[in-house]
Amino acid sequence: MKLKKEKLIEFYKMMQTIRLFEDRIVDLYARGAVPGLAHLYIGEEAVATGVCDCLREDDYITSTHRGHGHVIAKGAKLNPMMAELFGKKTGYCKGKGGSMHIADMDAGILGANGIAGGGLPIATGAGWSAKWRKTDQVTACFFGDASSNNGTFHESLNLASLHKLPVIFVCENNTYGISVSQAKHQPIVDIATRATGYDMPGVIVDGNDVIAVHEVASKAVKRARAGEGPTLVECKTYRWRGHHEGDPNQGERYRTKEEIKAWKEKCPIDKLRNKLIKDDAKLKNKLASIDKKINKEIDEAVDYANSCEFPSINEMYEDIYA
Amino acid sequence: MREITYYEALNEALRSCMQEDERVVLLGEDIGSYGGIFQVTKGLLAEFGTERVVDTPISEAGFVGASIGAALTGMRPVAEIMFIDFTTACMDMIINQMAKMRYMFGGKGKVPMVLRVNIGAGRGTAAQHSQSFHSLFMHIPGLVVVTPSTPYDAKGLLIEAIKDDNPVIFVEHKRLYMSKGDVPEESYRIPFGKADIKREGKDVTVVATHALVVEALAAAEELSKKGIEVEVVDPMTLTPLDKETILNSVKKTGRLLVADEDHKTCGVGAEISAIVAEECIEYLKSPILRNCSPDTPVPFSPPLEKCFMFGKERLTESINTLMTYQ
Repeated sequence: MKLKKEKLIEFYKMMQTIRLFEDRIVDLYARGAVPGLAHLYIGEEAVATGVCDCLREDDYITSTHRGHGHVIAKGAKLNPMMAELFGKKTGYCKGKGGSMHIADMDAGILGANGIAGGGLPIATGAGWSAKWRKTDQVTACFFGDASSNNGTFHESLNLASLHKLPVIFVCENNTYGISVSQAKHQPIVDIATRATGYDMPGVIVDGNDVIAVHEVASKAVKRARAGEGPTLVECKTYRWRGHHEGDPNQGERYRTKEEIKAWKEKCPIDKLRNKLIKDDAKLKNKLASIDKKINKEIDEAVDYANSCEFPSINEMYEDIYA
Repeated sequence: MREITYYEALNEALRSCMQEDERVVLLGEDIGSYGGIFQVTKGLLAEFGTERVVDTPISEAGFVGASIGAALTGMRPVAEIMFIDFTTACMDMIINQMAKMRYMFGGKGKVPMVLRVNIGAGRGTAAQHSQSFHSLFMHIPGLVVVTPSTPYDAKGLLIEAIKDDNPVIFVEHKRLYMSKGDVPEESYRIPFGKADIKREGKDVTVVATHALVVEALAAAEELSKKGIEVEVVDPMTLTPLDKETILNSVKKTGRLLVADEDHKTCGVGAEISAIVAEECIEYLKSPILRNCSPDTPVPFSPPLEKCFMFGKERLTESINTLMTYQ
């Protein structure tokens, strides 16, 4: 299916929002303005953008420790996102979760997750819930290549396929589990082949091509919504930054500068920008103005986060029980 | 009132909640046609069908995690873990996910689910099917921990657990499943955080859990004939813990024995002893004693397992020791 220009511009805007938001995080962390850990998604934006565009507002996602892109693409707003990263009480989790636990039940975001592989069974249950409640909601479950070695991956795919649950399992194969390359952590190259063991379709897609991701994800979502069961989608992509901000030399200890450079040349945003401008040179200015507008929104989000208060000390004891 | 067994009381609680609320679904290993390892789900598959009574694969992290996802999105799952020992296969789902989600999400979202487990040695099933490490869950903020000792409590507390909006670890006891007691036919709820004084007495407080409530009552009955009046306090829920009832009882008697089947180190006994020592030591006439399981794995060989376990006699001995302090 050929997508309209407007849709592609939406993709551009979303990918660029994620990219520029995280570029700003790089800067804020380097200056010590934000506490804790940040695991950045830079380079992988096409996956979240392409997949979440296929979802409805009432669909669900589960995310990972590298979750900023997923939650922004599913509809999280920048102000409470930034406030949460700053640990402020106006953040998505009142400052109690931080970067690794952003959740918004109203937007169907069932939580980023600090445990690798932790989201897979939860996504399976959200899918089961839709089946029990007889809705046609779909759950998209994001996880990485390294999590596909965890028992939760296998248990979840088994359950989801056995019960034909409306889940799409989106493996972001960025070729590293922290510092360990895929070649060192599993004997296979294509994680999608693991779908065969669970009798579900396994699809491989260029995770740096938002149009290709979107096409594959739409089919998987359509199949899930029709009650035909789950799909494993493997998106081949790459993490530009280190495992987290503060990772020595941003990962150069365990991978080469050449490798990083080669993947940067496959930038998903440049790829789409070039295509749009090639098709219509006049779009160059429009895209630049989109960038400007996003940067302004991010400025506002930083100002907002800075201006908000930290939670009061007694809030530490709240929200443990319902 | 009619008498039924503990397992039948649990079964009635499940049935009544399922009849009342379509969001209640059951997941677990062999809970369908087999009826559950201890028959707690007997007959429920026939009544509610395979969609709501799900025989899961042996896949604890999978189905407990799925219960969490379902609870977050509007269901009220009740998952059965065949033995508490097997919770180790899904401990991330319990400790890092189920217990903490509400807090990590700043109070957004809730996880109304029940994880049924059971404890207790004495069946010759050795170190991986006999453990009683329920204290471990008491250590984790965000969980409710329930410990019913009678059929009446089992039914009322399980109904409460299913209707509660928090994740509940519902700890049953193997040796109690066949015990009988009066249980109303209708649905009723027993609130969490309210200990039950199972027997009043002025001389010694025994805070006992699970099967040891039965043992403590038997000991109290005998000791009463010798003029020692034992007060038996059943906490009913370890989290929330009704400190007030325990402290008031100790203030009255001045002597405390805690009887619990978890290991002695860092267990229920240690926690309750510490609370009493911190908050009302000036009322104590004697040291605090604990009757707990030894700090060993549960052994297989019958004489060793027998030595691992304890009941009325050990409790009586401890109470007599406490009474030597005036």
